[in-house]
Amino acid sequence: MSKVIKIQKGLNIKLKGKAEKILVKAGTSDRYAVKPADFPGLTPKMLVKEGDTVKAGTALFTDKNRPEVRFASPVGGTVEAVVRGEKRRILEVVVQPGEKTFEDFSSLKPSDNDKEQITGYLLAGGVWPFIRQRPYAVIANPQDTPKDIFISCFDTAPLAPDYDYIFQDVDPYFQAGIDALAQLTSGKVHLCVHSDYPPATTFTKAKNAEIHVFSGPHPSGNVGVQIHHINPVNKGETVWYVNPQDVSVIGRLMNKGVYDVSKTIVLSGSEVNTPRYYKVTGGCRLTSFADNIKAGNNRYISGNVLTGTQTAKDGYLGFYDHQLTVIPEGNRYEMFGWALPGFGKYSAGRTFFSWLTPNREYALDTNLHGGPRSMVVTGQYEKVFPMDIYPEHLLKAIMAGDIEKMENLGIYEVAEEDFALCEFVCTSKTEVQAIVRDGINMMIKEMS
Amino acid sequence: MLRKYIDKLKPKFEKGGKFEILHSTFEAFESFLFVPDTVTRRGTHIRDAVDMKRTMSVVIMATIPALLFGMWNTGYQQAESIGITRTLMENFWFGFLRVFPIIVVSYAVGLGIEFGVAQVRGHEVNEGFLVSGMLIPLVLPPDIPLWMVAVATAFSVVFAKEIFGGTGMNIWNPALIARAFLFFSYPSEISGDKVWVSGIREEGVQLAEAFSGATPLAVASATAGEDATRVTIDRLYEQLPSLGDLFFGTIPGCIGETSTLAILLGAALLLLTGVASWRIMLSVFAGGAAMGLLFNLWGANTYMELPFYYHFVMGGFAFGAVFMATDPVSAAHTGTGKFIYGFLTGLFAVLIRVLNPAYPEGMMLAILLMNTFAPLIDHYVVEANIRRRLKRLTAVKA
Repeated sequence: MSKVIKIQKGLNIKLKGKAEKILVKAGTSDRYAVKPADFPGLTPKMLVKEGDTVKAGTALFTDKNRPEVRFASPVGGTVEAVVRGEKRRILEVVVQPGEKTFEDFSSLKPSDNDKEQITGYLLAGGVWPFIRQRPYAVIANPQDTPKDIFISCFDTAPLAPDYDYIFQDVDPYFQAGIDALAQLTSGKVHLCVHSDYPPATTFTKAKNAEIHVFSGPHPSGNVGVQIHHINPVNKGETVWYVNPQDVSVIGRLMNKGVYDVSKTIVLSGSEVNTPRYYKVTGGCRLTSFADNIKAGNNRYISGNVLTGTQTAKDGYLGFYDHQLTVIPEGNRYEMFGWALPGFGKYSAGRTFFSWLTPNREYALDTNLHGGPRSMVVTGQYEKVFPMDIYPEHLLKAIMAGDIEKMENLGIYEVAEEDFALCEFVCTSKTEVQAIVRDGINMMIKEMS
Repeated sequence: MLRKYIDKLKPKFEKGGKFEILHSTFEAFESFLFVPDTVTRRGTHIRDAVDMKRTMSVVIMATIPALLFGMWNTGYQQAESIGITRTLMENFWFGFLRVFPIIVVSYAVGLGIEFGVAQVRGHEVNEGFLVSGMLIPLVLPPDIPLWMVAVATAFSVVFAKEIFGGTGMNIWNPALIARAFLFFSYPSEISGDKVWVSGIREEGVQLAEAFSGATPLAVASATAGEDATRVTIDRLYEQLPSLGDLFFGTIPGCIGETSTLAILLGAALLLLTGVASWRIMLSVFAGGAAMGLLFNLWGANTYMELPFYYHFVMGGFAFGAVFMATDPVSAAHTGTGKFIYGFLTGLFAVLIRVLNPAYPEGMMLAILLMNTFAPLIDHYVVEANIRRRLKRLTAVKA
């Protein structure tokens, strides 16, 4: 194995409700959905209408600006509804599962085909949206040739799934996915694992890829941080990245010719009775876990508590998410909360006495713990931002709309998830991730 | 109980309510009593428990030792000046009566303006002034007329803060601007030998024998000349209070600046909680030491021969390093920048003290000067980062 890349800056937030490594089958999901909002910047164009019968893999909609990118139904059944919101924006396309039927894309051997053929095959098979790119953290442009492809095989976010557990049995489809991806890049496929755990053999035995070992706290599992430390993105360059379970989805398409988005997700958080791993199909509904979730005023999050999306109690798992988190809502007042010693209050700093008990696990709620203020405290973001980038200055460049400065200060390398910890620790309660996405949108507009 | 009462009042202050115009004021008091029930909407779903109130209240707590000592010392110095002895509590009470009105005026004027501006702008009231309002009295002499405190506070809040956009946007430290305003507008009230001890300017006061009321800085800076009246360093040691007195703070001076010990207690709290930057504090002292040592080598006059650590315990050096230079808004923002900023602040403070006898207290000017240059320092630190990152690209292409 290669040398360990040490990430010093960061923060592991210890939350209650970590899942035990027990895999159970989820209750049946009565609906599945694909949500265009999971793909930043996408304008969907519908290909089906309510009442249409679809198979798993049938395209539901495409990208209006890039019609070759297709978004497939996760299951066979009937299109029940196209839910629209303000300005008729499509929020979710809901499929009622019926007969277990799959579109047949007929398998493809990566080694016998060139980049163009594989790209066309992945696009047709509906798995292309799983491949994302930096800069901008959006769906990869099929016309690009990335200089490298990165796969982060560990997740350091709070209560995140353990991929070494999920991939403990060697997964042949993972290898098939890697083989396909390796054909798409002019460089290498990079797998990143963490030094604290013995990595799953699926990763260590993987051929056609280079393994990198990381150590240190969150966000060392963020692919953006890994790219920055292995082979950073400069202006004009592109790298791609894929989640390991989605690599297996690509592999299943290559080997079996089907769009099969079954995956293992973790249900965690302090409001879950017994946090567990579940075998599910992508886009499943949260109601299939209802019997394991405590009653009460809860926040349902598809993803983790830092970067996840708030969903309704009967909402759906996000396209890129492998985790559901349920935590209590925090809409309560607290008398003199800011003045109390705060033995039980979690803070990254040491202004509350809770710093005396670093190993304690917290059941944090969604309270903002204060009002939004202008930026005053400095040096706070830098402590949790392990890149050679000045986060505060980049954010201010974005707020000022200074394109050249954003470019110089590193907008190409970052995504909102890399700033999630900055947002968490922020004394001024600034909505940092939203600012970063605004900046990325500004860049996309400027460059197109 | 109280919560119910507030909930009952709240609609009156909200949009369309009877007292809508006082919305910001109501919000400020409500959030003082209760941490609001707001929840995260987008972005991270959980948030750190820390907020601006917490951070600012830690700074205020850190000033308490210096404040309490300052009150006692005001009484003690006055007793010394007329050659009587009093008990600890008597001294403290004497000082309390002098100092407390200054604090009240500073807060009343400053917060009044802050509330008003927040109201007009429709903002929430920022907690920044809670600290400034405490720091302003601590850097003033005990007998400062209250109307001057009011004028200086108003000037600094309006012209050093609000015209730049309020807390977080200011270029200079507001508390130091208040002091600088008085220093240049009313020099007779804030410099010389007769203002540092309470009551000695009153008519008919019989001063104790050999009591001058001069601050150690004034004593030392009198030896900065190069003429024939040059005194030896041993003579200067005799004129100055002992190093112990300087450190513990039983000397004339501004209310909060005299006791290095009390200031260090505050510094310990600020560093332990991580609220103030250790980089700045450390490098201010390093810069002061470097300049002091350089003067020792030079040795052109007696003041230059004074060991560097005297500078730390005389005047406002320690207070400035701990409470003023570390203001995150007006200091450098980058990690590297903080070292440079701090070092130069300490360096200039000693430089101004020794080379310019017209300004015995160089700390205030040094910090304001470096406040001005902090954005420039940051600019170069960030530029270096940009160049480093561009080099990466050329390295790839080569």
